[in-house]
Amino acid sequence: MSVAMLPWWAAVPVAVLLVLGGLITLVGTLGLLRLKTFYQRIHGPAIAISMGAGCILVASMVYFTAAQSRLVIHELLIGAFVLMTAPVVAMLLMRAALYRDLRGRAAARPALAQPPVGELGTETDEQRTDAAGGGGR
Amino acid sequence: MKRWLPSPLLSIGLLLTWLVLNQSSEPAHWLLGAALGVVAPLLARPLLPHGHARLRRPRALLRLLWLSAIEIIRSSVNVGQLILLRKPEAVNSQFIRVPLDLRSPHGLALLSCLINSTPGTVWVDLLPESHELLLHVFDLNDEAWWIDTIKTSYEGPIIEVFEGAGPTPEGEEA
Repeated sequence: MSVAMLPWWAAVPVAVLLVLGGLITLVGTLGLLRLKTFYQRIHGPAIAISMGAGCILVASMVYFTAAQSRLVIHELLIGAFVLMTAPVVAMLLMRAALYRDLRGRAAARPALAQPPVGELGTETDEQRTDAAGGGGR
Repeated sequence: MKRWLPSPLLSIGLLLTWLVLNQSSEPAHWLLGAALGVVAPLLARPLLPHGHARLRRPRALLRLLWLSAIEIIRSSVNVGQLILLRKPEAVNSQFIRVPLDLRSPHGLALLSCLINSTPGTVWVDLLPESHELLLHVFDLNDEAWWIDTIKTSYEGPIIEVFEGAGPTPEGEEA
C-alpha cells in the first residue's frame, strides 16, 4: 500500500477530505480558544467531533479501499461509536457546569437563587463560594 | 424464537459489527458473530431496565438519520462561520425550554444523541416535573423556530419510529 500506487480518482478526494477535516477541526479548536464562556465553548469542538472526524474517517475509507483494492469500511464503526459516546460526554460536561454554576450562585446570593432549572434549589450547597463557577474562566 | 432472539435487529447489528470489525466474511466469523448476536442480548437483558427497544418503523428511522446527517453538516457550517466571522460577544447563546411529548426512554436517548451530535445545540437536562427539555443553543435568534424544529423534525419522527403512528403515546412506559 504505497502512496504512489494510489490512482488519481482516489487521491484527489482523499486529499480534499483530509484538508477539509483538518480545517474543520482547526476551526473547532479556534472556537475553544476564542469563545468566552464554558457554555459557548462546548459548541466549538462539536463540529470537530462530527464533521472533522467524519471527513477524516471517509478519507481513510477511500484511501485504504483504493490502496488495498478491497472494501475497507470498519471506519464506519468508529463513526458510530463516536456518535454514540460523544453526546453523553457533552451532556455530562454541560450538566456539571450548570449545576456548579447554580450552586455557586445560590451560595453567593441565597435570596436571588432563581435557577433556570426547577429542581436544583434543593441541591445541598457545600462550601463552594466561587460564584463564577464554570462560567467565566 | 421470541425467547432466544428477543431483538432480532440487535442480533443482526451485532453480527454485522463483528464482521466489519474483523474485516472478514469467512464462515468462521459468521458463526462467531451469530453466536455473539444470540448470547450478548440475552446476557445484557437484565442490565436494561426498559427492555430492548422495539422499532415500529425502521424505515422512518433511516429517513430520520439521513435528515439528521444533513442537519449536522448544515449546522457545522453555521457554527464554523459564527466562530470565524462573528465576535464572541455578539453570539447570543441561550438556554431554552422545549416541551416534549416523547416518553419512550429509547426515543429520548436517540433524541439526545441526535441533538448533541448536531453542532450548536446541547441537551442539558430533562426537567422531571414538566417534562421539558432544557436545551442550550449556541446562537439563538428565534426561540419559537428552534422549538418548532425540534418538535417537528426530530421528536415527531422519533415518536413514529418507536411508538408507531397509532394513538398510543404512553405505550412504552413502565
